[in-house]
Amino acid sequence: MSAVIDDHTQEHDHGPAGGITRWLLTTNHKDIGTMYLIFSFSMFLLGGTFAMVIRAELFYPGLQIVEPEFFNQMTTMHGLVMVFGAVMPAFVGLANWMIPLMIGAPDMALPRMNNWSFWLLPCAFLILVSTLFMSGGGPNFGWTFYAPLSTTYGPPSTTFFIFAIHIMGVSSIMGAINVIATVLNLRAPGMTLMKMPLFVWTWLITAFLLIAVMPVLAGVVTMMLMDINFGTSFFDASGGGDPVLFQHVFWFFGHPEVYIMILPAFGAVSQIIPAFSRKRLFGYASMVYATGAIALLSFLVWAHHMFTVGIPVAGQLFFMYATMLIAVPTGVKVFNWVATMFRGALTFEAPMLFAIAFVILFTIGGFSGLMLAISPADFQYHDTYFVVAHFHYVLVPGAIFGIFASAYYWLPKWTGYMYDESLAKAHFWMSFIGMNLAFFPMHFLGLAGMPRRIPDYALQFADFNMISSIGAFMFGATQILFLLIVVKCARGGVAAAAKPWEGAEGLEWTVPSPAPYHTFTTPPVVE
Amino acid sequence: MGVHAKQAGAVAAGLTIPTLVLADWGINMPAGVTATSNDIYGLHMTILWICIAIGAVVFGVMFWSIFAHRKSKGHKPAHFHEHPLVEVVWTVIPLLILVIMAIPATATLVDMYDTTESDIDIKVTGYQWKWHYDYIDEEFGFFSALTTPRDQIYNRTAKGEHYLLEVDNEMVIPVGKKVRLLLTANDVIHSWWVPEFGVKKDAIPGFINEAWTRVDVPGVYRGQCTELCGKDHAFMPIVVRAVPEAEYLAWVDEQKAAAETERELTQKDWTMAELMERGEGVYARACAACHQADGSGLPPAFPALKASALVTGPADGHLEVVVNGVSGTAMQAFGGQLSEADLAAVITYERNAWGNNTGDMVTPKQVFDFKNQ
Ligand code: HEC
Ligand code: HEM
Ligand SMILES: [Cu+2]
Ligand SMILES: [Cu+2]
Repeated sequence: MSAVIDDHTQEHDHGPAGGITRWLLTTNHKDIGTMYLIFSFSMFLLGGTFAMVIRAELFYPGLQIVEPEFFNQMTTMHGLVMVFGAVMPAFVGLANWMIPLMIGAPDMALPRMNNWSFWLLPCAFLILVSTLFMSGGGPNFGWTFYAPLSTTYGPPSTTFFIFAIHIMGVSSIMGAINVIATVLNLRAPGMTLMKMPLFVWTWLITAFLLIAVMPVLAGVVTMMLMDINFGTSFFDASGGGDPVLFQHVFWFFGHPEVYIMILPAFGAVSQIIPAFSRKRLFGYASMVYATGAIALLSFLVWAHHMFTVGIPVAGQLFFMYATMLIAVPTGVKVFNWVATMFRGALTFEAPMLFAIAFVILFTIGGFSGLMLAISPADFQYHDTYFVVAHFHYVLVPGAIFGIFASAYYWLPKWTGYMYDESLAKAHFWMSFIGMNLAFFPMHFLGLAGMPRRIPDYALQFADFNMISSIGAFMFGATQILFLLIVVKCARGGVAAAAKPWEGAEGLEWTVPSPAPYHTFTTPPVVE
Repeated sequence: MGVHAKQAGAVAAGLTIPTLVLADWGINMPAGVTATSNDIYGLHMTILWICIAIGAVVFGVMFWSIFAHRKSKGHKPAHFHEHPLVEVVWTVIPLLILVIMAIPATATLVDMYDTTESDIDIKVTGYQWKWHYDYIDEEFGFFSALTTPRDQIYNRTAKGEHYLLEVDNEMVIPVGKKVRLLLTANDVIHSWWVPEFGVKKDAIPGFINEAWTRVDVPGVYRGQCTELCGKDHAFMPIVVRAVPEAEYLAWVDEQKAAAETERELTQKDWTMAELMERGEGVYARACAACHQADGSGLPPAFPALKASALVTGPADGHLEVVVNGVSGTAMQAFGGQLSEADLAAVITYERNAWGNNTGDMVTPKQVFDFKNQ
């Protein structure tokens, strides 16, 4: 052993292990974060491929490419893969990479569990996707898998679907515990809760939501499992069960779930807009309180997905009012972002472009959400393409653009190189145009009366469907460009400074780019 | 609407391209023909304009910053980062707007839930994939299923004007009367929606939901099932014909007489040829969606009937499956859905079609005895 005492940082101690074991056995938050992000992007492409099948079938009226049975499997798998495979893992990946760097921690608090929660995911999705090749096909009952369509009438592969959901749930819960343990225990000295970057705040709140609702999802699929395989009748009316109970339990998970998919994006955008406005975030404290309020309210609004199932008028009114109330803290966030930009010194690099598009388009999705909250009007909107338009406006420019913005913002820190700005701008504009072309006409289709989850439609819906499909193909193809940009950036280019963005703030910019394998082994002190 | 479709023979699948010019570019919710649908339309437009107004202000400020406060124009960032008064104002104002919005919404909702004092009650039952309308007071009922030919769906012929929105038996209601709907389902959840009435309600097995409508303008109104209910969810439309009361009463008499004739068919002496002919029609209507027109089914979900051991075996086993269904599967009990004559015909047909040449004939009387044994 060397007699020289290792008095400088331990960062040079050991780098990553070599070969495949680096990835299989790693407990390093950066490696695990990278794996989550790569996994998420491949699921995004897979879910996107399913979406392309859907849009291709809907290009013309009539049945051309797929049969209705397969179409239903495509919509279901598209929804499941996007929600559980693309969006949620992407945010966990960002959390892994950035939370330790942002709070000055050496790693996540529970590194081995971190490894496990990642590797469960590919297993879960292998099972889920393999159901497509089983006899009777994969899940075909929508990502909401309402009973009894998914129980008594489900395909034989449903039990595998349930198993896959269980594994994903375990992975998410472990990821959430890890985030909470890290944020509450490993903050650098001086970093009080109210000094934490907003991305850390929103993830902390998201993690509590996950821990609260993933067990509910596990519960509902377990009840399905019992109904299918062990002769119970939780949801089977002919055995004295209650199909509506399914929906209550599902949406008690489902509504907080939609906030799980958006709160981390809120946090990321709250980092990015101040950076490129060169001005502090407006209303930091109110941002934190608004996020908390949204999270709490999200437990009280689940039945707004069930306005047509026949709940009593008093219940209907309660859920309508509660849902309308959520618009208030959400509005506060939007106003704060705009106030941050107001009288700043703005520049428009790719992260900022995606962040601005996020604010505008997410707000449009929020507006249609407010319309859907008006229960009598929801009787007309419910289960039409208006709803499909609504949730894609909050998910695609919301969650997905938030993820793109984060990726461009932090890529220099991850790779040590600047990405190609003009390609990134092209990626932005083509995604922006494609996405609006794909999803805006869906509002019209829904209002004109086109139900969702149908492989064929009446002729008055033909034109907007064609436009929507063209936009979808454009959006889909553009994502290949993102892959190229990231690969190019990882392989070299202009070296990135420790702080490549003039207006950026936070501990992550105090370490070199690329971030060394081990960072903050001695905690920094936050004044 | 008047949409024509033309053949595009080049594409192997035989795509039909609807002509762009003729199609309907409807972009908004229809105001509809009932007081409820008009109320809903009013709420929809109010909230839409509120959103547009808020959007104009928020995006206005944002675009102003984007244009005026650029670094490239040499704009220097200000230093403010909070302002309690502004923050309170933009919390309270949206709250007030929402309260104002909630008032008419509540009134409309309470009205929609008032199903009392109806003039006519119709029980609507969702089946995979058709609707059944039961005129409870008049003691008759019938199924209503899609009539669009498969050739149109598979683009082998031009699509008709009411493509996918046409049925064999329309639901008929009188104008100006309060019609109460009692909705339920036989298998999975369906949802009954006619946009122009502003009525959408789920039909759930084991539950009876209520909805009501009063249509003032005679006409034909079309809607669709709006809850995913399996493979043919897209193919179970709803067509309601609203007619003046006299016409309605005449129609009711006709229906009652037809129901009576149907009952007499059980007593009639049938020949094999008659049963086969009737059976082919019943099969196409009630069974082909799952078991396919050529009896080959869609295994493993829907078994083939062609060369099936059960179908070519003893008639009692066959009767058992068709009359009582197979519980826990998509094979429903058709005993209550089809008349004895139809059951006898379809069973006879299955036993002798597609090379199942058993030579057996099952008569309506046999079916009657089987049901009452
Ligand atoms: C909604 C789909 C559906 C429709 C419509 C349907 N069936 Fe079935 N049928 C099934 C399924 C599923 C089974 C298999 C049940 C089982 O698992 O035993 C089945 C089984 C059968 C069998 C037994 C076949 C065998 O080999 O075991 C017969 C006979 C039959 N159906 C006749 C009919 C007739 C007659 C009609 C029309 C009046 C009809 N079915 C309509 C779904 C359907
Ligand atoms: C590539 C761009 C996308 C396109 C073109 C697209 C297209 C569609 C379409 C057409 C439907 C409706 C299917 C139907 O009702 O028949 C749908 C459903 C859905 N999409 Fe997407 N989508 C895209 C991206 C996303 C993303 C990023 C997410 C989530 C983060 C997402 C989540 C969902 C969900 C949850 C459903 C509902 C599935 C169901 O009905 O069960 N989509 N999508
Ligand atoms: Cu919700
Ligand atoms: Cu349906």
